[in-house]
Amino acid sequence: MSTTTPRDLLADIPEVSTVLDDQSPEVPEIIRGTGHLPEMRVDPIGLFHRVRDECGDIGRFRLADKDVVLVTGAEANEAFFRAPDSTLDQAAAYPFMTPIFGQGVVFDASPEERQQMLKNQALRGDMMRGHAQTIEAEIRRMVADWGDEGEIDLLDFFAELTIYTTSACLIGKPFREELDVRFAQLYHELEHGTDAIAYVDAYADIDSFRRRDAAREGLVALVQGIIDRRIERGPVPREERDLLDVLISLEMSADYVTGIFISMMFAGHHTSSGTASWAMIELLRHPDVMAQVVGELDDLYADGSEVSFQALRSIPVLESALKETLRLHPPLVILMRLVQEDFDLLGRTIPAGTVVASSPRVSNRIEEDFPDAGAFDPGRYLDPRQEDLQNRWTWIPFGAGRHRCVGNAFAMMQMKAIFSVVLRDFEFEAAQPLDSYRDDFTKMVIQLEQPCRVRYRRRPGR
Amino acid sequence: MRVVADLDLCQGHQLCQGEAPDVFGFDEDADVVVVLEQHPDEARRADVTQAVKYCPAFALTIDDGATEEEDRP
Repeated sequence: MSTTTPRDLLADIPEVSTVLDDQSPEVPEIIRGTGHLPEMRVDPIGLFHRVRDECGDIGRFRLADKDVVLVTGAEANEAFFRAPDSTLDQAAAYPFMTPIFGQGVVFDASPEERQQMLKNQALRGDMMRGHAQTIEAEIRRMVADWGDEGEIDLLDFFAELTIYTTSACLIGKPFREELDVRFAQLYHELEHGTDAIAYVDAYADIDSFRRRDAAREGLVALVQGIIDRRIERGPVPREERDLLDVLISLEMSADYVTGIFISMMFAGHHTSSGTASWAMIELLRHPDVMAQVVGELDDLYADGSEVSFQALRSIPVLESALKETLRLHPPLVILMRLVQEDFDLLGRTIPAGTVVASSPRVSNRIEEDFPDAGAFDPGRYLDPRQEDLQNRWTWIPFGAGRHRCVGNAFAMMQMKAIFSVVLRDFEFEAAQPLDSYRDDFTKMVIQLEQPCRVRYRRRPGR
Repeated sequence: MRVVADLDLCQGHQLCQGEAPDVFGFDEDADVVVVLEQHPDEARRADVTQAVKYCPAFALTIDDGATEEEDRP
């Protein structure tokens, strides 16, 4: 053979079996004949685990006209995460995001731009103290109207809270003060509009996409209202300005501003909301760990120290419980890149035009790296096990490499602040069977399935 | 112990400087960590360990010689 075609190269990589016939009558017509897309739309976790089980560290499945090479294991993950951006492109791999952000809004900054953002803006280390105070205040506001006992829905509660925290910290407090639960509800509709059907047509005429587009219009209208009030009010002193004032001064349209805000908040919203919810569920499922965490927090705050101070410092037992929650329930189950130029991985050449992917959900549960991988065991993170640091390329709830979640220190601080406040003032119990809490995997943005209710009761003397 | 920073992974968060400013510096032009003291005194182990543990980019390691950690000069 004198020439090697992309097909020949891919033929070297084993393809996973098919369990859902893509021509089956239960498959929506628009995605018939799209390979594994119908299965990914209903059971992505089953599909990704099966790739590793059947094919090993490198396997393949098909989404419509794209082959997806899914890698797992430390060696392949490292090659994936170390690949330069010129080789692997993120934006093109997530077609379901474009209608949410809007045309022309950048999907993700390059590592260089991210580093610049870090230096100049909201996620800088020395900004964290202020953010911790903001977050503590937002949580206290959310629980201010809780009586001595009651019930909440975890998804509704944490999704609303994290709208306020991300907007206050990343955009500015004046903007956050203009928001209420309507913004959170519309934002949730956006996140829900991430059906994998987008791999065929991101603007297909389906219910969740219609609701997504209506929600985006609703958000633009809310932002337009805020802009109108700012313009009417006139300029304010520099120290009272937030990012919205800056964007207004650049004469950006409400549509474009909304797109920027949606994209800024996106990475930190459903991820933090889901992690807080799952941490609460895992603590309810493991009363021994809950008791240790509550004991640790009671000791830590016995001297009257502030949440915004301690949340930036080590809280080892709580941190271990959070890390274990992230390992078992990573908010993003698959990370994808479109291959721009032929790319060598584990001795195979992956041709341009292929999608290459790594799965936090699968890697985080590799038995060799995480013994008894399905078990919730915060002890993994204590010395000398340190299973996160020991497995930097497979303990990947935040991704890894240069694209490792730039907000992870912020996220951990936020989680520590949330649990410092709620667990010191309240006790919680499940309001439904413990095994009935589960994720809804039918959208690319994974969220808890409702109902997901818990009861709270004010602790004696608090 | 030997302190190793992987400059391909460093995102410039600068949290390590808070933990051990005598061991970790910062290159303002390149926006990456500079290891000021490759072989810190054993007395510095606790702080250096905290820096490694809380590095948001997982870019730092302590190499105690016979570890299987990757050694990138």
